[in-house]
Amino acid sequence: MSTHTLSVLVENSPGVLARVAGLFSRRAYNIDSLAVGPTENPDISRMTIVINVESHSLEQVIRQLDKLVNVIHIAELKLSDSVQAELLLVKISATSKNRFDVDAVLDTYGAAIVDEDADSMTIEATGDAAKISDLLNALERFGIRELAQSGLVAIERGSGSLADRTLSTQSIPTADSGQADYQN
Amino acid sequence: MSRKMSGASSLVQSLESAGVDVMFGIPGGAILPAYDPIFDSSIRHILVRHEQGAGHAATGYAQVTGRVGVCIATSGPGATNLVTPLADAAMDSVPLVAITGQVPSAAIGTDAFQEADIRGITMPFTKHNYLITDPNDIPRAIAEAFYIAGTGRPGPVLVDIAKDALQKETDFVWPSQLSLPGYHPQLEPENQAIKDAAALIAQSSKPVLYVGGGVIKANASKELMQLAELVGAPVVTTLMALGSFPDSHPQHFGMPGMHGTVGAVTALQKADLLITLGARFDDRVTGKLSTFAVNAKVIHADIDPAEIGKNRFADVPVVGDLKHTISALIPAIKAEFAKGRADLAPWLASMNKLRATYPLGYDAPKDGSLSPQYVIERISALTGPEAIYVAGVGQHQMWAAQFVKYENPRTWLNSGGLGTMGYAVPAAMGAKVGAPDATVWAIDGDGCFQMTNQELVTCALNNIPIKVAIINNESLGMVRQWQTLFYEGRYSNTNLESKRVPDFVKLADAMGCVGLTCDRPEDVDAIIKKANAINDQPVVVDFRVFRDAMVWPMVAAGTSNDDIKIAREMAPDWDSQEL
Repeated sequence: MSTHTLSVLVENSPGVLARVAGLFSRRAYNIDSLAVGPTENPDISRMTIVINVESHSLEQVIRQLDKLVNVIHIAELKLSDSVQAELLLVKISATSKNRFDVDAVLDTYGAAIVDEDADSMTIEATGDAAKISDLLNALERFGIRELAQSGLVAIERGSGSLADRTLSTQSIPTADSGQADYQN
Repeated sequence: MSRKMSGASSLVQSLESAGVDVMFGIPGGAILPAYDPIFDSSIRHILVRHEQGAGHAATGYAQVTGRVGVCIATSGPGATNLVTPLADAAMDSVPLVAITGQVPSAAIGTDAFQEADIRGITMPFTKHNYLITDPNDIPRAIAEAFYIAGTGRPGPVLVDIAKDALQKETDFVWPSQLSLPGYHPQLEPENQAIKDAAALIAQSSKPVLYVGGGVIKANASKELMQLAELVGAPVVTTLMALGSFPDSHPQHFGMPGMHGTVGAVTALQKADLLITLGARFDDRVTGKLSTFAVNAKVIHADIDPAEIGKNRFADVPVVGDLKHTISALIPAIKAEFAKGRADLAPWLASMNKLRATYPLGYDAPKDGSLSPQYVIERISALTGPEAIYVAGVGQHQMWAAQFVKYENPRTWLNSGGLGTMGYAVPAAMGAKVGAPDATVWAIDGDGCFQMTNQELVTCALNNIPIKVAIINNESLGMVRQWQTLFYEGRYSNTNLESKRVPDFVKLADAMGCVGLTCDRPEDVDAIIKKANAINDQPVVVDFRVFRDAMVWPMVAAGTSNDDIKIAREMAPDWDSQEL
């Protein structure tokens, strides 16, 4: 079993998330997390998919994904070649008594308080899976009331861009004679 | 050039611009606006009796002509009735475009009358699909749908159009360019892959050409013949590939798989190289995968990269259109052979001996009743290899695969992947529309026939004179065979009693067809000749056959191809064979 992060550029069109999710479901591929958001190009969205590959090869997953007409490009982002982060929002039980201890933890992890009242506070943190997990362990002793966590997003290190390399959109000529030209 | 018109007219103009000459369908509320311009269109619309019939007819048309088949239906139940033919077309890589009406865009998502999310429902088994709510999008969606359906690995595309998009006014502009940034089928194989494949072929002393339906889709039969004769290896053609290589050719070993010939199954099992052309290592071919052709290296040529390595590792993957791929392979192999090649003589000798020892065959029923295999053999012999044969699913399908002699591509139609009972009658109708000068025989079972025979009414009214042979064993025969073999003969719910009810002759007559019946071997030829002589009406022949006939050879599901049986509990005599 191994985990891989795929960065998938898709057309920003209705139903594209259902197509991708449906493909993973019907071919019995395991998704650890999935995050969808806009890119620098309004016509294109990026899906960051973390998959657990066991019985199916990564290659097979990528090829099946690539068959979806709305999927433009797929790249595997290795940990060493990319910046990867999740977003965590966690509500803990905290009062003025243990505030000092909480602050110490937050400093260590670069996390911030984004909301608080008399007996609770909400903390925001970003980072890779290991950092988020460590932070949650450290906060456990204060009592976790609720947490919300995003899927992983990732981007390639360096100045390169997936979109630059892959979006040389080809135009396909149609013909008056219609389908005759589409066959061989 | 743009012209003002309704979305509905824009749809029909788009279909005409895409080159459509015929479509099969049924109107209804949401698609109704489109049927007004259809009334004046040059496109022939054939009014079917059930939307499933429209879908399979479009498939039959596409399989025979190589063009994109078109079916059209309304929203809700009209659309859901297309689900089976779309799934069928996806499994067998058939180029289809399905047009469905949808409820008005403002009503989408409200559980409106006759609303069904057909785009959502068909996502898993369409190559792509669309929901159109803006009439300006209609020409582009139709142009893309035909392009996607007909190129690369062919498949079905659905275009769902909201009723208000059909009613609103729009400018019709047929796009001169399509932009599909995520769709680039690779036609040309890579040079290195061709070289690697040629080298493996030259080294192989036990090669087999494992030919699938892709050869027919790619119109590559001529190229296949050149390749086969150059390599000299045994050729096996899968259920989807029958006709791509002539049955009469000395290198043809028949069909591999669950009901394949001993020669074809064993050639694959014992090969040291599988030259795989447009086939997909389906479980019905491989048997238990871990025991399939264990000593063989694999060259896997396919236009769909996702097929490569899906079920079986490919030593040499070759992605490309098979016509291009085989054309590139031939000179590369010649160059390799010029340097020398392995000796095939011992392999060919042992395989030829095996094939001669275990030809396809059957025993005549001891009670003198009609043998189903004999009926099918005689239909083939008396009608010839220029005719088109269309089967349903089950025993009769396997016998039609085994006992009809195929010489030409696109003369054998069946539901291979999905195994759709009821495919034959509507698919034969579509085939006859696509090839009006050919004789079209549907070889159907009594179970299958009772699922879709209403399309004979469509055939009778629209001058589509197909012929139907009902191989009537009054059973769901293949299920019954499994009950015989694996459930101690406990025939739970497989007895259809169709020698009593319905009366197929009366039924045929009621539907405007000629109905004939036959239950004696000595009458078979005369009845087939009579049916073949009728060309102004559909003909239905009720062949009342021996009930307990079984399909052999057989590799039981989930077992190894090495365990092939030629009759019940009878394996080939391997000890007498030198393999």
